[in-house]
Amino acid sequence: MSEIQNHPSPALDKVPVTLTVNGKTRTVEVLPWTVLLDLLRDHLGLTGTKKGCDHGQCGACTVLIDGKRMNSCMALAVMKDGASITTIEGLAVDGELHPLQQAFIDHDAFQCGYCTPGQICSGVALIQEGRARTRDEIREWMSGNICRCGAYTNIVDAIEQVLGSTTEAAQ
Amino acid sequence: MLKAHGYVGAPQNRVDGRAKVTGEARYAAEFDAPDLAYGIVISSAVAKGRITSIDASAALAIPGVVQVFTHENRPRTAWFNRNYRDDVAPPGSPFRPLYDEQVVYSGQPIALVVADEFEIAAHAASLVRIEYEIDTHMTDLDIKRSEAYVPPKKRSGVTPPPSPRGDADQAFARAPVKVHAEYRIAIEHHNPMEPHASTVIYEEDGKLTIHDKTQGVQNSQRYVSGVFGLSSDQVRVVSPFVGGAFGSGLRPQYQLFLAVMAALELKRSVRVVLTRDQMFTFGYRPQAIQTISLGANPDGTLQSIMHDAVQTTSSFEDYQEVIVNWSNLLYHCDNVKLTYSLAQVDTYTPSDMRAPGAATGVTAIETAMDELAYAAGIDPVELRLRNYTEVDEANKRDFTSKELRACYQLGAERFGWSKRNPQPRSMRERRELVGWGMATGVWEAFMQKTAARAVLGADGHLDVSTATSDIGTGTYTILTQIAADTLGVPIDKVTTRIGDSSLSKSPVQGGSWTAASAGTAVQVACRSVRETLFKYAREMDGSPLANASLEHVSFADGRIVLTNDQETGISFTDIMRARGVDKVEAEEKAAPGMMTSMRYSGYSHSAVFAEVRVDEELGIVRVTRIVNAVAAGTILNPKTARSQIIGGIVFGMGMALEEESLLDHNLGRFMNHNLAEYHVPVNADIHDIDVIFVSEHDDKLNPMGIKGLGEIGIVGTAAAIGNAIFHATGKRIRDYPITVDKILGS
Ligand code: FES
Ligand code: FES
Repeated sequence: MSEIQNHPSPALDKVPVTLTVNGKTRTVEVLPWTVLLDLLRDHLGLTGTKKGCDHGQCGACTVLIDGKRMNSCMALAVMKDGASITTIEGLAVDGELHPLQQAFIDHDAFQCGYCTPGQICSGVALIQEGRARTRDEIREWMSGNICRCGAYTNIVDAIEQVLGSTTEAAQ
Repeated sequence: MLKAHGYVGAPQNRVDGRAKVTGEARYAAEFDAPDLAYGIVISSAVAKGRITSIDASAALAIPGVVQVFTHENRPRTAWFNRNYRDDVAPPGSPFRPLYDEQVVYSGQPIALVVADEFEIAAHAASLVRIEYEIDTHMTDLDIKRSEAYVPPKKRSGVTPPPSPRGDADQAFARAPVKVHAEYRIAIEHHNPMEPHASTVIYEEDGKLTIHDKTQGVQNSQRYVSGVFGLSSDQVRVVSPFVGGAFGSGLRPQYQLFLAVMAALELKRSVRVVLTRDQMFTFGYRPQAIQTISLGANPDGTLQSIMHDAVQTTSSFEDYQEVIVNWSNLLYHCDNVKLTYSLAQVDTYTPSDMRAPGAATGVTAIETAMDELAYAAGIDPVELRLRNYTEVDEANKRDFTSKELRACYQLGAERFGWSKRNPQPRSMRERRELVGWGMATGVWEAFMQKTAARAVLGADGHLDVSTATSDIGTGTYTILTQIAADTLGVPIDKVTTRIGDSSLSKSPVQGGSWTAASAGTAVQVACRSVRETLFKYAREMDGSPLANASLEHVSFADGRIVLTNDQETGISFTDIMRARGVDKVEAEEKAAPGMMTSMRYSGYSHSAVFAEVRVDEELGIVRVTRIVNAVAAGTILNPKTARSQIIGGIVFGMGMALEEESLLDHNLGRFMNHNLAEYHVPVNADIHDIDVIFVSEHDDKLNPMGIKGLGEIGIVGTAAAIGNAIFHATGKRIRDYPITVDKILGS
């Protein structure tokens, strides 16, 4: 018993976290050790962002934080106070799919769909980063996103297509 | 008849695609409920022994913690084993979570901490103190194989090895060309991307709506009703989307039991989600050690096949799969001895994982056949053709169809096999050795009894439903295609509902049987609607179809028309209005034909060709090219079908080179229980994959000639890669996965 007394219960005081998610600013009160991924899924009901491992090993939880792709399971929510976040739910504009979302459908770049939001967020960022030019480079830079259904070749096709049209547009 | 729009057989985008790319598709852990509580499972730290004490006081002292369930305070559940036995359970006593103080495997769930918030539950779980009295465990198959036994009770649906034919030992002794070796396949875990989860919604009237990660909503529903003594109308399981499963969702897993138990006790909705480490605490592809002896004449014709397998099972159930039967199924031979046994280890019971048994057994026999090709100096494809069998020799049945010859031929052509120099180490590009290998794949074409309902509304909308699942296979899409074609309505006028236990009876999704089973059921239900609608049309006053028969009309664009005079017809809406009904509906069952199953054997086949590049200094293998020629009957949707085969190939690449759950026998525990250390293929590992669907007409299995595609893609892939590695390096590695250490080792 004495041991337990030496372990005082942690202060369960919640802290406010303010985030701009998909263009909307929201403040939520969370326990300080709440992970960004769980905040999105459990506290904001944005379950499009997936939890595959909770350890930064699968990419299912990828979101865009201030425009950069990141595993949301690897960040405490409080650390991202003030950040602007785009999740899969925020990619389509007025019901019109982002070109990469459409390309994923057209190239059948998923099966079960569980890794898909992470793949698409990662792919959107990859295209913006502008560092992938070849299929090999796409493969390399998309390797943080595991797809157990094995849709990899179709994922590369989808990204390559959108990458091709954005580079054309830029020229 | 299926030609109205011709959706079947044409590439179609997934009908659930939009839901999946927008994040709208909801998986088991993503349904909300008022006042939802969160459960965290505590797993046993020891492999065998007794729990001597559980001190949950510190956890319970945390504000927001609702309860800590253990074997000491769990509610009463059913007494008999039969209540815990689900549709796919092997013989034995199913595991009962929190049953008593006994620990029978490492990672066994021993407590559930429930709290108002996930974060609180997770913290509280870390404060529960558990003491054990440790007993000696054994997880090493190499030691336990000396106690292997033939399972006394056969597992339903798994054919035991046939009795020996001829005298395989003597024929082997006399054979001029021989191969004799041991092959090993490591333990693998399914690791679908979605962890297992159950959200149990405690409705106001005390009924349960359960969102479970499962391949069989009705299997989960029956399990919950049986274990907790609930009537079937008190439990509804709804799982519209499943984030992959590959077999892990065939049996109800322990998070379902725990979440239901807590919800019933607390009269509150509860969600339990397993962690990635906990995904290593239930079913897995068992380790298998196989011994194969092949005896042949100098021309390569087989004189003797002996194939023995011993694999692991748990201490409480006799898990079984078909491993050795494939050897004779693929190759003609008069002297055959196939044997199969189990050895008990202190882990959870293994479970079916993509192409259970075939992925294991065919990998071994197809590696052995490559060795025989080298021993006899015959091309590997030619060797297989010389031993080709036109009948299933184990039971003397003809095949319903078998286009394996065409698979070899078309696959070899596409791959450029004729340019292969058989000499190992004969191809090199810069610092890499290049190797080409091939193997055969095979899987049984099952069909299971399934029911489906079709409802055609007066507005022309068609709703079809059955309780099957779509674990990523494309079931929603193919059922929609079949329904649209059968009733001649545009595909966007069809809604397919599945993954709900309240729908028409369907077996678990597995064994590659869903397309044939649910597909036929949907077709039959839609045909029944056709007949009723046509009857109504003929009976209309002054009907232009009064003298037509069903064979002479077509259903297209929401109308019934005369086939050779498309101007003459009536719209569905007019027919229903005249009849005074607002819908026409039917529920029908489909089942495999008895005569067919007694007289024929049905299998899908494939020929897999692989190119590898091996860096001998680093021990790294890259699979740069795969051609897989598949004969699997009718291909309903070439687009999703191709994806399914590619997915199977990627799984096979994992089996060949990466996947291995490593047991620390000292602790009796899987060591690499996470995705950083349990390697699965990632994008950079995958290069060109070319899938060929060989045309195959099957008029015996089911009306549409469907064989299914879920498993065939993995079968043969690992062996083709292993054989290519031999061709590249001259090194025969019989222990899968072929990891860096094995390439570098002597
Ligand atoms: S859930 Fe974040 S990387 Fe896997
Ligand atoms: S689509 Fe299933 S994991 Fe990628």
